[in-house]
Amino acid sequence: MTLQALLSHWARNKMQLAMLLAGLTLATALWSGVQALNAQARGAYATAAALVSTDGAARLESPSGQLPQALFVELRRAGVLVSPVAEGRFIMGDTRVTLLGIEPLTAPPGTAAALADGDLQGFLSGGGYAHPETVAQIGASDMALTPSQAVPVGTVLVDIGTAQTALGMADQISHLMLTGPAPDAMPEGLRMAQADAGAELDGLTDSFHLNLTAFGALAFAVGLFIVHSAVGLAFEQRRGLFRTLRSLGVPLRSLTLALALELALMALIAGLAGLGLGYVMAAALLPDVAATLRGLYGAPVPGSLQFSPVWALAGLAMAFAGAGLAGGQALWRLWHMPVLAPAQPRAWAIASGRAMRWQVVGALALGALAFVLGVFGSGLFAGFALLAAALLAAALLTPAALALCLRMAARLARAPVVQWFWADSRQNLPRLSLALMALMLALAANIGVGTMVASFRATFIGWLDQRLVAEMTVTPRDAAQARELEAFLTSRVDAVLPLRRVDATLAGQPGAVYAMRDHATFRDNWPLIQAAADSWDRLAGEQGALINEQLARRAGLWPGDRVALPGAGDVAILGVYPDYGNPLAQAIVTEDWFDRLYPDTPTRQLAIRTDDPDATRAALLDEFGLTAQAITDQAQAKALSLAIFERTFLITGALNVLTLSVAALALFATLVTLSGLRLVQLAPLWAMGLTVRQLAGLELARALVLAGLTMVLALPVGLMLAQVLLAVINVQAFGWRLPLQIFPADWARLAFWAGLAMLAASAWPAWRLWRGGGEPLLRVFAYER
Amino acid sequence: MNVKVLLFCLLPAAPVLAQGFAGLGTDAEGFAVPERGRALQFPRDHGAHPDYRIEWWYLTATLQDADGRDYGAQWTLFRSALAPGESEGWDSPQVWMGHAGLTTPDTHFSAERFARGGIGQADVAAAPFAARIDDWHMTSTAPDGADAYSALQIAARDADFGYDLRLEANGPLVLHGQDGYSVKSAAGQASYYYSQPFYSVTGTLDLPGGPVAVTGQGWLDREWSSQPLASDQTGWDWFSIVLEDGHRLMGFQLRGRQTFTAGTWITPQGQATALPDGALSFTPQGTAQVAGRDIPVRWQIDWPEQGLSLQTAPVNPQSWMDLTVSYWEGPIRVTGSHDGRGYLEMTGY
Repeated sequence: MTLQALLSHWARNKMQLAMLLAGLTLATALWSGVQALNAQARGAYATAAALVSTDGAARLESPSGQLPQALFVELRRAGVLVSPVAEGRFIMGDTRVTLLGIEPLTAPPGTAAALADGDLQGFLSGGGYAHPETVAQIGASDMALTPSQAVPVGTVLVDIGTAQTALGMADQISHLMLTGPAPDAMPEGLRMAQADAGAELDGLTDSFHLNLTAFGALAFAVGLFIVHSAVGLAFEQRRGLFRTLRSLGVPLRSLTLALALELALMALIAGLAGLGLGYVMAAALLPDVAATLRGLYGAPVPGSLQFSPVWALAGLAMAFAGAGLAGGQALWRLWHMPVLAPAQPRAWAIASGRAMRWQVVGALALGALAFVLGVFGSGLFAGFALLAAALLAAALLTPAALALCLRMAARLARAPVVQWFWADSRQNLPRLSLALMALMLALAANIGVGTMVASFRATFIGWLDQRLVAEMTVTPRDAAQARELEAFLTSRVDAVLPLRRVDATLAGQPGAVYAMRDHATFRDNWPLIQAAADSWDRLAGEQGALINEQLARRAGLWPGDRVALPGAGDVAILGVYPDYGNPLAQAIVTEDWFDRLYPDTPTRQLAIRTDDPDATRAALLDEFGLTAQAITDQAQAKALSLAIFERTFLITGALNVLTLSVAALALFATLVTLSGLRLVQLAPLWAMGLTVRQLAGLELARALVLAGLTMVLALPVGLMLAQVLLAVINVQAFGWRLPLQIFPADWARLAFWAGLAMLAASAWPAWRLWRGGGEPLLRVFAYER
Repeated sequence: MNVKVLLFCLLPAAPVLAQGFAGLGTDAEGFAVPERGRALQFPRDHGAHPDYRIEWWYLTATLQDADGRDYGAQWTLFRSALAPGESEGWDSPQVWMGHAGLTTPDTHFSAERFARGGIGQADVAAAPFAARIDDWHMTSTAPDGADAYSALQIAARDADFGYDLRLEANGPLVLHGQDGYSVKSAAGQASYYYSQPFYSVTGTLDLPGGPVAVTGQGWLDREWSSQPLASDQTGWDWFSIVLEDGHRLMGFQLRGRQTFTAGTWITPQGQATALPDGALSFTPQGTAQVAGRDIPVRWQIDWPEQGLSLQTAPVNPQSWMDLTVSYWEGPIRVTGSHDGRGYLEMTGY
């Protein structure tokens, strides 16, 4: 009965109900969508990890990346339980895949699980297993492929014999999986490495997922602004109803319970709708997220979403928590309301000077916290905490700052209508403040992230031009072909620069040591962030190594420090080079030294400097008989790198747009609910001779002015955000720091969109005012008491 | 589900496929089939027969330590072929499976190894004889000119147990059935089957409590075929018994719609008498809960014609080979008309 009375309010205020539900739905959708993406990606890492190792099992490998198969037999004969793996990149049908060759009889149980219920005779005689998406990507192929969800995307699981034949690795294997206890003495040339690929991926991609989560949380917070304002307004409008119900004898407990029940009902409806929407959103975004993770980290994430009850329940819980957070204040106030409280329809949250002062105090406290975090904090989490504190501080300051602007504008105004315009705007500011805070947050996030991405892109493109100087690169099939290629090319081109690397742990981080030939190509072009004196000469003189920025920043190693290289002991750091897009640590030593340290390391690629790339290409194809796939020209490499880069931030852009939309919706919700209340304030002006059309125009103008002012306030906040992203978050997450660059054209575009969003949000209330004519305004006087 | 189970289910004839036995009755297409009257030749037939689908080298030993405590050891190498013939490298159609068991009165240990043929991880060479999988091996130590099986060393090792045994044969090889042609069903399925049942054994067991020196008697079974069971046969109970008077008895029953029995009575000098279907009878006398199933671990064996009436009791009723392919296998004590020791294998429960 009580509940029915309460719910009748929503039947009369359908738009308010719609806003409340929409806000909660959107907030839940964004949050749960992001969680779904994270869950999907993590699941994929686990799949990948299970395939290549038993729980935490180690692998034995040679730094050079290849082992003779005979060593496998030798170890088994000595009682060491190992299983061989031969893997490599391979072109199948229409795509390039990782061909993972295993030996099913000795492989750890996780690998075997991928084959469960399959045709093993077919597997042993040349069949393969791949994720359904990969099977579809490959299209037509000679190999009989069985779809399996247990195989990571982009991998084709085959028998080791099949892999060796396809990859030209006869009697060679890539590494050994240890399935029993470690051998007492490690055979010569072998070393043990934790094959926890999943954990490694987890570590590398943590920052990415934290980024996504932060965006989800931001969107959730913005969504809660809507819910809060809708619940609060509904509470204010129902004060009369509450008083009537209480006077009729409804106990306070029942009334509060009914209101809580109502809130829970809304949370349930909106939560379920939000989950559905979140799922749709995640499914739509997943291909981009998957592409980003694959491009940036090589993480095998499938592009199709699977439903998991975990994030669904978490999303629903967030909907309830959000509704509770947004509606808690209303419940609390109802609990403390005297039975016969004045029932005038007071607009909710008419801010007194005191309330605004408290906001300013809160903002200053948060600002101080942000400052402390910025100065003393370290780590990704502290970075995000700093961002949250700073953004919240800025949001809380927004009403006060806007009030100040409006007061100054009012002082300059002379015409009475203009004076009224400014005064009225200021009067209405408290009612709009929540929605404006949301807008400010969304705009600042847009400016900050946009600036970060644009700064990154500018730096990245410049860096690519410097790094990719070789006209083409060639990927040899094996070590023998690499030697033949080098001999073949030496007389035909300006320079052949072989690329060799060994995997290594550098300052405790996974990484690799690379060989670099002393050549003008590198001296002239290789960008260095910091360099010791005569770094190139000293590098050629085998007096040290270059390291990448990731290693330098994470380990705090700079020119003048020393780093331990496997087999070489501590060597001097001669320079630090930027290495965008690569999550791993790197060190470079000169080629001759490398060959002495790590003999028999196969050449993985050959970079070629030539004036006539076309002729070289033709010679390689026709005379040498290389396949076209083995040759990558400069333009291709650049395009590939840029494509990876663009994908990396696609998801960020999509979430930006969504956040801004939520903020616009918040404004719309507030303006619509306020429009009824505003009639009282507009009626006297109409009575004094302003037309409804003029009044509607003034309403639109006010919206634009507020949007413009908010945009101006958001600018410094956004730049602060960009600076934190570039100097704190990026360094922690990726290991590189980029200079902040300013792109005013982007801001103009954003201001245009913000204005448009504000216009759209205020258009309907203004249009209703205009279309309603004088009658509703006249009615205001009729009700005057 | 484990890939290895699947793999061995796929191979239609691994002998100890205790569960299901899907495909055991299929045609032996492409594979060589045992023929009555073909004489076995040694040392050639000590080695592998890759044209046949399945084959095993199966050694069991009943052992005692200085205090008279009973032990049992099992060493088995199974060969199973996806296709007839042998080739080098990963293309080899041969698959190998090793089983090792070690029984004490209160614990039973078991371990397994798998390997593909063609790469050297597992193989059997006829002369000089050596059967190997990983670091497990059965190697001939016989002097030149003697039968390769007349002296053997076997060893196997896993995380928590191991053994190293030396075997000396005190009698000749014994051919089962008709000169080694052993019929396995009323429908005529058959295998080649011979044994060396006269080993005396010395060696060391590695147990969690430390090494234990043991002596005892050993029995080697060699068998190969391409289609050993009829389609309705679901499992078997197989006994190898050394009686105190020096006689040996090999006897088994294959359970199916109709039970099929067979056996060989071996004199202390090695003269063998094949016992036709129905001559022996096997009656369960008591079961034990093993690995969640009821398994008849006590048996009554009767051969009325000879006045033989034996009761068997396990050294350890829980002698369960808890492996990818699981079955019961362990040492037994024999009483009744004759006393003795032996080994019992039961599959399909």
